[in-house]
Amino acid sequence: MTLNTLAAGDLKAGQGAGRLGWSVEMLRAKALQVRRDIITLLAKAQSGHSGGPLSTADFGTALFFSELNVDPKHPQWPERDFWHFSIGHVTPVIYSLMAERGYFPLADLMKFRAFDGHAQGHPSKHDTPGIEVSAGSLGQGLSVCCGVAMASRIDQHPRRIYCVMGDGEQQEGQIWEASMFAAHYKLDNLCGIIDYNRKQIDGDVQDIMGIKPLADKWRSFNWNVIECDGHDMADILRAFAAARAHRGSPSVILAHTVMGQGVSYMADDYHWHGKPPRMDQAEIALKELGTSYAEWSARLLAN
Amino acid sequence: MAGPAKPESAAFAEGASLDPLADASIALPEKVEMKKTREGFGRALVDLGEQDPRIVVLVGDLSESTMVHFFAERFPERFIQVGIAEQNMMSIAGGLAAMGKIPFLATYGAFASCRSADQMRVTVAYSNLNVKIGGAHGGISVGPDGATHQAMEEISIVRAIPHMSIVVPCDFWETYKATVAAAQHDGPVYIRFGREDVPVVTAKDTPFTFGKGEVFADGSDLTLIACGVMVYEALRAREALAARGISARVVDLHTPKPLDRALIERCARETGAIVTAEEHQVHGGLGGAVAEAVVQSCVVPMELVAVHDRFGQSGKPAELMDAFGLRAKDIVAAAERVLARKRAR
Repeated sequence: MTLNTLAAGDLKAGQGAGRLGWSVEMLRAKALQVRRDIITLLAKAQSGHSGGPLSTADFGTALFFSELNVDPKHPQWPERDFWHFSIGHVTPVIYSLMAERGYFPLADLMKFRAFDGHAQGHPSKHDTPGIEVSAGSLGQGLSVCCGVAMASRIDQHPRRIYCVMGDGEQQEGQIWEASMFAAHYKLDNLCGIIDYNRKQIDGDVQDIMGIKPLADKWRSFNWNVIECDGHDMADILRAFAAARAHRGSPSVILAHTVMGQGVSYMADDYHWHGKPPRMDQAEIALKELGTSYAEWSARLLAN
Repeated sequence: MAGPAKPESAAFAEGASLDPLADASIALPEKVEMKKTREGFGRALVDLGEQDPRIVVLVGDLSESTMVHFFAERFPERFIQVGIAEQNMMSIAGGLAAMGKIPFLATYGAFASCRSADQMRVTVAYSNLNVKIGGAHGGISVGPDGATHQAMEEISIVRAIPHMSIVVPCDFWETYKATVAAAQHDGPVYIRFGREDVPVVTAKDTPFTFGKGEVFADGSDLTLIACGVMVYEALRAREALAARGISARVVDLHTPKPLDRALIERCARETGAIVTAEEHQVHGGLGGAVAEAVVQSCVVPMELVAVHDRFGQSGKPAELMDAFGLRAKDIVAAAERVLARKRAR
């Protein structure tokens, strides 16, 4: 089943409360929409990051439309799971996922990084409903999630906590302080997801400051390590299920991805880490994604 | 009114560890009670913990030094040992606050203000999370540990960050009250306190309002505005000045941010000269904060008694207070300079 054969209503159902548990087909369709959102909002803003949002789009969609128990209309719903992107610069995918899930109107995406919008360049609790903790300085998010996990344990709350990290971010020392803490306290309500796209702003991660063997590092820090193809929706769901089932230690999913995935000229090119497509480049990307800027921006502005 | 003991009374007698005999020109009566400010922090946390289940305490391997071991013994299920990882601890506290807890973290001020400054700025302050930061071992009076452990930049760093507040209590009781007030304040607060036994100049029932200074002794020729242990030195300086026929008002300005601008302006108008005193770097500290208020309201001559752009060093607390010019006699000298400028206007 492709996006074209899915009834629009199937995807609109993704704005209710609770854990949606969508099918692989619906998730694939939604991930395509998310990629269209990302390119469109970047083209409109002419500012922002392209590569990481596209590499996180598939597992991000699985997180928001299958895994998370949230109520977008009531972001502070006490029963909610907690999600946090430690890589604050991937706001294009964060805001797309939030808007598609129902936290705020899709039209807000057309004011990404704008003075008169709420969608700050990096996520801001003060500005955007549903952002629980601001981010933007790398390396801090896993610690934040450790605090949420400890609070949930103290309250005997069944909440699950998801932290999205980057592979370049693994170079930050605080990540390993948090890793040690979570394992020490056996925080099995905590699940880290690493967008392992092998690129960072200055080049290949292994050339800039090698992080391998990354899985062995996390294992040696006493985490349950799960690897998956970060663009294979079925494999992503398998990884989330394995993390959910695991007891006695925190889990981390190494999601093997491609920076810029979904746009031919961006794929696996670190130059696209931190810049947006020009409008002519955006049209090429959106054509590859089965739409156009005019069509998709109209869809965003109408919702 | 239940105010602080008057400087003429026994309450401002010689301190034991901050040796007042270093300044023989100031005669003081018999012994004053000496107590650690950090114990006020530790005791208050236990009482807060009894009253409010949201109170959680984190520590970076300094339980007894910061005196949070009292809380750890009473509420082990709400006590989180983070180990030697201050940056991690600051962000973890942010996560706890995001879930409705009121986390107090405790470490040395040098680490709380500098090592985890980015985590304080981005995780805690930018999100306006309800995190309380206990920065122990503030000031040169930390003594033998030397410069790395003598925090003297906290006021400058913390007050530069939006949403942050900072309180610098002067003694055991005020630290107790500042800790309680921090818990009641909605938003991130940094509490700066010291290591040594210092004179207890306030009583259990001395008024304390977060963000408001207290006039501890009235006067008309100039105002001495101090925070932390320098409040005691200011009160001693007032006695020495009185002996020379100079009437000095003493203000305990325990909250450099939010700053009590109204009180500062009133003191400037009524006394026409101000000396600030702090156990902290001169750049951007209490004196800087007061000067900012003065130049925007009522310009009067000012002198700043502080550490003048140098690192600390090892030594006995009393030796260091003398060497770094943080004594009553230094405040007296500053008062005479500022009064000369006042007269020349």
